[in-house]
Amino acid sequence: MKYVIVGNSIASVGCIESIRKVDKEGSICVIGDEKYPCYARPLISYLLQSKTTVEKMVYRDKAFYESNAVTLLLGKRAKTIDRETKHLALDDGSTVAYDKLLIATGSYPFIPPMKNLESVKKCFTFMNLDDAKNLEKALAKESRVLIIGAGLIGLKCAEGIRDRVKSITVVDLASRILPSILDEAGSALVEKKLTDEGLTFILHDSVREFFNGDALLSSGAVVGYDILVLAVGVRPNISLVNEAGGEVNRAILIDEKCQTSIPDVYAAGDCCESIDYVTKERKVLAILPNAYMQGEVAGRNMAGDETFFDKAMAMNAIGFFGLHVITAGIYEGQEKLFTTETGYKRLFVQDGTLVGYILIGDTINRAGIYTSLIRNKTDLGTLDFDLISEEPLLMAFAKKERAHKLGDAQ
Amino acid sequence: MKRVYVNEQWCLGCHLCEYYCAYANSGQESMVKALKDKTIRARIKVEEKDGISFAVNCRHCTEPLCVKSCIAGALTQKDGLIVIDQDKCVGCFSCIMACPYGALMPNEEGVMQKCELCTTNSHMLPVCVSGCPNKAIVFEER
Repeated sequence: MKYVIVGNSIASVGCIESIRKVDKEGSICVIGDEKYPCYARPLISYLLQSKTTVEKMVYRDKAFYESNAVTLLLGKRAKTIDRETKHLALDDGSTVAYDKLLIATGSYPFIPPMKNLESVKKCFTFMNLDDAKNLEKALAKESRVLIIGAGLIGLKCAEGIRDRVKSITVVDLASRILPSILDEAGSALVEKKLTDEGLTFILHDSVREFFNGDALLSSGAVVGYDILVLAVGVRPNISLVNEAGGEVNRAILIDEKCQTSIPDVYAAGDCCESIDYVTKERKVLAILPNAYMQGEVAGRNMAGDETFFDKAMAMNAIGFFGLHVITAGIYEGQEKLFTTETGYKRLFVQDGTLVGYILIGDTINRAGIYTSLIRNKTDLGTLDFDLISEEPLLMAFAKKERAHKLGDAQ
Repeated sequence: MKRVYVNEQWCLGCHLCEYYCAYANSGQESMVKALKDKTIRARIKVEEKDGISFAVNCRHCTEPLCVKSCIAGALTQKDGLIVIDQDKCVGCFSCIMACPYGALMPNEEGVMQKCELCTTNSHMLPVCVSGCPNKAIVFEER
């Protein structure tokens, strides 16, 4: 069996690890356009913050590819899939034959049209290790940094470089920060924290035109800058599957076995659209745990062991300057709110099950107990919901359930 | 694989497991030196309410959600044991978001710590088990 994986990040690792649980013999070939072994991409902001190093960011140990008998083709890009002859054409002119193919191509930074953007010399995106290295080279104590985008990428970038530059201004078209994961109160709380830490926000605004060292905003405001970081959003890399005639929407459509509509072609991670476990709607759920688990399930199926992944859902753990936020699911239904010294907790209940939560500050401990209620669609009538709302405790479960959780092999 | 299991019927709620755990992972030879005037940061936690108590630590799941959610590659599964490389951890709390048992927690440096069944300290066998006065915590194959 010839397994081929396009992409060398988290979904790819999940796929390799699961193929090898089932099939020790088949060949695995990984094609990656970056020149590095799989590394922890979300850590690039921590790298600039000196909280990690390039060596520590390597996602698996040094022997990983060798011990899993993986052939690595790095610095190469797959251009097309020939679904009839089951070959990939690479950008160096070579071809690679496959029996089972995984597309794990992730996403790329979306750059909206902005007047005169091409004239900005120190302009960066913040998605991968090379982006971080390039940005790092440009940083200076006197730099004024302008970040477009107050989402996860833009704000983690800001945290990563705060101590290495003179000032950071974040501009976003939305009226509040992190709208994809937070409610209004949460956005305000995190914005206050980041403002206290020295960031300047200009919200509900956008760049009308770039001049040499100045950005003119739609509101008429002018922001001086030396370095520009574009973190507006990302777009899934779908062209391989799209051009081969596979079904795509915003991203590549996959089923619960992580199969695309092309026979023997699977897809996983940020390039995919799958069914949201909570809402049952098709969604791009571009978060790392989903990437790993989709890659893993794809790998199992590629190796002939029928497995399903139907629990893709939104969840995020993120922190800024010591203020931590954990969120999951959707923010609909009846809610319970607890405010605390440094944050708050909101729990959302629909049809007797927990469907979402927002935890900020000192409410984040043992959050996974709440996540498990969503993931297992636990009937809240079977446990002490008042107790577990107050604090995530296994004590809230019925005695028999506790005995199972703590007394059985998991 | 042998794991730590708890039986709440026998738990006295004495918290000795927490003290033994904090001591075993302190690197100190003397329990007094390890714990005196210190905030106890054990990797096992006793829950108690209305006369019921039991200890919770890592279940070393066969399908570990913490490992699959770790953004740093710091958590790995080695021969069934879930271990954390604290040098690689950046304290993002993804594992805390994922673990259904609430079995990971930050250490004093802000990176995560978890029960590794005393395989990574000098004690070799889980000290919460040997230190439990009522044998409510056992180390066995199930």
